[in-house]
Amino acid sequence: MLLLLFRLSFLSFFPSLSLSQHFAPTGTKPHQRISVSLNFKQRKQREEKRRMMMKLDTSGLESFSAAVPSAMAAAEDQLFAPPSFDLPAGCADFDKFQMEAKQTLKHAKGTTTLAFIFNQGVIVAADSRASMGGYISSQSVKKIIEINPYMLGTMAGGAADCQFWHRNLGIKCRLHELANKRRISVTGASKLLANILYSYRGMGLSIGTMIAGWDEKGPGLYYVDSEGGRLKGNRFSVGSGSPYAYGVLDNGYRPDMTVDEAHELARRAIYHATFRDGASGGVVSVYHVGPNGWKKLSGDDVSELHYKYYPVQPTPVEHEMVDAPPA
Amino acid sequence: MARYDRAITVFSPDGHLFQVEYALEAVRKGNAAVGVRGSDTVVLGVEKKSTPKLQDSRTVRKIVSLDTHIALACAGLKADARVLINRARIECQSHRLTVEDPVTVEYITRYIAGLQQKYTQSGGVRPFGLSTLIVGFDPHSEKPALYQTDPSGTFSAWKANATGRNSNSMREFLEKNYKETSGKETIKLAIRALLEVVESGGKNIEIAVMTHKDGLRQLEEAEIDEYVAEIEAEKAAAEAAKKGGGASTSASS
Repeated sequence: MLLLLFRLSFLSFFPSLSLSQHFAPTGTKPHQRISVSLNFKQRKQREEKRRMMMKLDTSGLESFSAAVPSAMAAAEDQLFAPPSFDLPAGCADFDKFQMEAKQTLKHAKGTTTLAFIFNQGVIVAADSRASMGGYISSQSVKKIIEINPYMLGTMAGGAADCQFWHRNLGIKCRLHELANKRRISVTGASKLLANILYSYRGMGLSIGTMIAGWDEKGPGLYYVDSEGGRLKGNRFSVGSGSPYAYGVLDNGYRPDMTVDEAHELARRAIYHATFRDGASGGVVSVYHVGPNGWKKLSGDDVSELHYKYYPVQPTPVEHEMVDAPPA
Repeated sequence: MARYDRAITVFSPDGHLFQVEYALEAVRKGNAAVGVRGSDTVVLGVEKKSTPKLQDSRTVRKIVSLDTHIALACAGLKADARVLINRARIECQSHRLTVEDPVTVEYITRYIAGLQQKYTQSGGVRPFGLSTLIVGFDPHSEKPALYQTDPSGTFSAWKANATGRNSNSMREFLEKNYKETSGKETIKLAIRALLEVVESGGKNIEIAVMTHKDGLRQLEEAEIDEYVAEIEAEKAAAEAAKKGGGASTSASS
């Protein structure tokens, strides 16, 4: 009885480990000690084989169920037939696993995005670099997501998370339109997204996005993140390069700018962020959201912008280098 | 324990849902209710049966508000109405919370109608025995709206409609006499329609007026009596004019 109980507890925690560790190790082959993921049928076959062997070799150490009529064994097998898989890597120390998981994600917010409202609408701008630690994995990521013809979302954090949930938001906005015969407001769309993200709070989503659009109430801009936070505002910048972008943006912002001035300001702000922040770079995309929807204004390579803003000046040389006279 | 998952509302061989039709019968036995939409006002009127002397009439409100900008009147089983109204009120607030915008009249009508329909297609429940008249203003809009739902779960928008007892005669009257009105004229039209089937007098009629600025306002008995007096005077004048004209023609021939 004791043996049976021990097997009970043993099996429930380590379903795929070899049973030979419990029963007479001497007669077993080496490979049976390795824990492998077998399907149920294979495990049953192995158990059968082992039982057969045990009947021959180790009658004294036979399992209780083998001595008992097969109904008991069948029941036990049904009870203790968990799906065979190895325990995932982090289960031993879950807190450490969570911390490590968050660390691996942290680099992914390497980006610079910004958006601001002015009298003529909303300007949305972003860089296009994706980095994994010190490795630049892409210079051409689309970080401004077109939710629908009059609403834009920016991407910062996990690219997959942002893309999927923005697309999902686009679906919900369209369904709202169809059901209510009118467009959803930016307030409503951002609230839908924020509520969804709040329900996934703590599960490892990494999203720092801005929802920008033009609705009945005029231009709208909201910041929504994966912690479930949602802020309404006039100027936002998100990402590792945001401090640099804020510096330029806050300095040059005026609510009565023209579209061209606002365009240039956004472009400059992103450029300066890419200059100083290693995790931002690539191409600056700038969009404008007006009463008739959004329009992409420009996509400029950052390195070209650098030479446009700071053209190479011929500088006087202090010491002229001359060829060494031939010996 | 009996199984409560068998449908009560099932089709008849010739395609009727008898439970729903019986529910409509229940509506036809309920008190008369009328709704009239004007250009800037929308009016709900309900027949008020004589209150027993000991009853506190303030607790028997027939016209209720679902939100600050939506009101509802119904005809039929009042207990069913209470349940439906509570659910609608919750939905109004829930919508405000999730979309940060008040409901549109069409949205909440669709919700109520959807609820009524669900109860015609579920096991162990019977349909709601009431038709509702829902009025209100859409947020950010000054145009009033009037909708009607019925026990089958259908809904539609109306310029003017009536339900409950003698609703057919009220509707005929409205069809004949409806014109685009505003303010007081809308109120008078609603009262006139109600007076077709109800005994005249302020204590037999309950009227509520909704405007974009002032929201829902229940008229006092005295006010209603005033309107009724005006209407009677107009009617008398019209009769006199007809009689006078008739007399002259008969005299000339």
